[in-house]
Amino acid sequence: MTMKSVINKRLAALEPGEGGRIVSVAGAPGSEGRLADLGFVSGTDLRVIRVAPLGDPVEIEIRGTRLCLRRRDLEQIRVEVPA
Amino acid sequence: MTQALVDLEGPRPPLRLALLGSPNSGKTTLFNGLTGSRAKVGNYPGVTVERRESKLLLGRRRARLLDLPGTYSLSAASPDEEIATRVVTGNLPGEEPPDALVAVVDGTTLRRGLGLVAQVLALGRPTLLVVTMIDEIRARGGKLDLAALSRRLGIPVAGVVGHRGVGLDRLRRLLEDPERWPQPAEPPPADDPAERFAWVDALFRQVVGAETPEDSRTQRIDRVLLHPVAGSLVFAAVMVFLFQSIFTWAVPAMDALDQGFSELGRLSRLVLPAGLLTDLWADGILAGVGSVLVFLPQIVLLFTLIHFLEGVGYLGRAAFLVDRILGWVGLQGRCFVSLLSAYACAIPAIMSTRAIRSPRERLATILVSPFMTCSARLPVYTLLIAAFVPATTVWGPLGLQGLVMLGLYLLGALTALGSAALLSSTLLRGSPSSFMMELPPYRFPSVRVLAMLVWRSAAAFLKRAGTIILLASMVIWGLLSFPRATPDPALDPAGQARVQLEGSVAGHLGRALEPAIAPLGYDWKIGVGLIASLAAREIFVSTLAQIYAVSDPEDYDGLRNALHRERDAATGRPVYSLATALSLLVFFVFALQCTSTIAIMGRETGSWRWPALAFAYMLALAWGASFVTYRVAQAFGL
Repeated sequence: MTMKSVINKRLAALEPGEGGRIVSVAGAPGSEGRLADLGFVSGTDLRVIRVAPLGDPVEIEIRGTRLCLRRRDLEQIRVEVPA
Repeated sequence: MTQALVDLEGPRPPLRLALLGSPNSGKTTLFNGLTGSRAKVGNYPGVTVERRESKLLLGRRRARLLDLPGTYSLSAASPDEEIATRVVTGNLPGEEPPDALVAVVDGTTLRRGLGLVAQVLALGRPTLLVVTMIDEIRARGGKLDLAALSRRLGIPVAGVVGHRGVGLDRLRRLLEDPERWPQPAEPPPADDPAERFAWVDALFRQVVGAETPEDSRTQRIDRVLLHPVAGSLVFAAVMVFLFQSIFTWAVPAMDALDQGFSELGRLSRLVLPAGLLTDLWADGILAGVGSVLVFLPQIVLLFTLIHFLEGVGYLGRAAFLVDRILGWVGLQGRCFVSLLSAYACAIPAIMSTRAIRSPRERLATILVSPFMTCSARLPVYTLLIAAFVPATTVWGPLGLQGLVMLGLYLLGALTALGSAALLSSTLLRGSPSSFMMELPPYRFPSVRVLAMLVWRSAAAFLKRAGTIILLASMVIWGLLSFPRATPDPALDPAGQARVQLEGSVAGHLGRALEPAIAPLGYDWKIGVGLIASLAAREIFVSTLAQIYAVSDPEDYDGLRNALHRERDAATGRPVYSLATALSLLVFFVFALQCTSTIAIMGRETGSWRWPALAFAYMLALAWGASFVTYRVAQAFGL
């Protein structure tokens, strides 16, 4: 295990094309369990593919699939990205 | 041979198998491949989630295969998912739990799909895993060792290519005796999602190693179709194409059906003896049911296009593009698919809302779907526009008649969105729910699955024509034909028909309604049409035709002329002005005149309060808007 320098960010703050690793999925009432069932759990890699023309939702690649989710539901997800 | 017969007819009950998998896993294609699409379609006890089951023969053993609704997990979120969960866990009263489970995963998305498999294995039931789309893994340069997967999971694994039938023979043999399926020594951790997916990731590393490379064709297509500018233009073009096609391509078939029914009516009168029964058959049943069946080509075409776009994977993309707009009125991208279907008919649209996870948004979509311009409004629009809106050219190919039609479509759609916003901020107030939609790779849909989906939509429409509309046509004919007027030799047949109509039950009903509709510019004859159209909108046209005693109730030109000719007996002025026609058009945009929609709303919402509310709201809106339209049009001298 090497120490890499990483930045801890909100998933919603990632730009299209940027990827990261989930560090926490916290607190979003209601949607938390659903996100977890889709595989949004700590340690999982994901990548933001694009943002819809009107700014929401966001297309995310995770676990070999592409999912569209609203920014609001992504608020509670924090990821670490290489610095 | 004797042994086979004994087994077939023996006391052993059929084996009950259930297919469980996420949406887009290829589950339905597999179901059709195994059963030959001869499914028995019904509902689960007590709820209106569609239940599809088919009998099949596995070797010498009889079996029943149940196609459960698609679900991403066994932690239910939508009504569909809840049913799938309750069936496999044996918690749905009236539904026996299956003897064995067949979990279906898309081989290209194993790292997500295996999460559901972990939950299924934790149930401790005999389970077999089917991995679909194994050809696509190879085509994309990925690899998957099914034997290793089977060893690691401790259950039988079968790879298939559903639409080509690859691997189905081996799967059938495996399905024959679940009693011999191995079971995992230790169930995977299923309760905590983090542990569940850690188990999935470890398994994935051991068996597969690397993620299947992404489909490069899908990436290229998405770069255009989801591009802010190009994607929006393509979306607009697809929508224009969709509507243009149902108005132009479906017309020849509709004209042919129209002529066919007229001809059948004429022939019936030639062959059958003149009398009441022949009148009932020709003027009641043929005219009424025929005027509705004429729209079958349009419905089939629209549903073919919608199911095709869905199967290819475009509707998911469209939902992604418009989700924000729907979010402004409290809906979400997934509602778009239902609202689009409502352009054909509100009934399948309302049934399709079961895929919407949030109960609040599902209810809002159900309630506003009837505002979308369904095909039953078309005959009314076509008749009134052709009769009263001048066929002048506005600009290029755009005529005034076409613009009025477009305006009616827009008015319906905007009212649907406005009403959704109103509902979301009043009765259905609550936190916006989450929107989640998967964008699967673009795939060419299987023609068989497409044909089956279109047939199911068409069958629902035909059933409606054969039941409610048949009944309504007969009742209306009776109301128009009784009590019988005494024949007066001094009158010509048209005059005799007029006397008959004015003295009929329908005539009296229309006159009773007149005070309520006179402010909208309608007379008692339109009143009769409106009462009749409460059963179904399109009955308005055939009723007016019956009222005007035109020789052929299907002949819109004849009815159109009759509406033009109609003069007020006292003043000699035309009864129907452009103002009346516009007011009537607006009434049909808003009013909920459709018994089947009201019934399905009641079933899907589980209460009669919601359809009652929708009916009252839409009627009030219709009356108010028609009143304003009539007054404003009159003020402009129309």
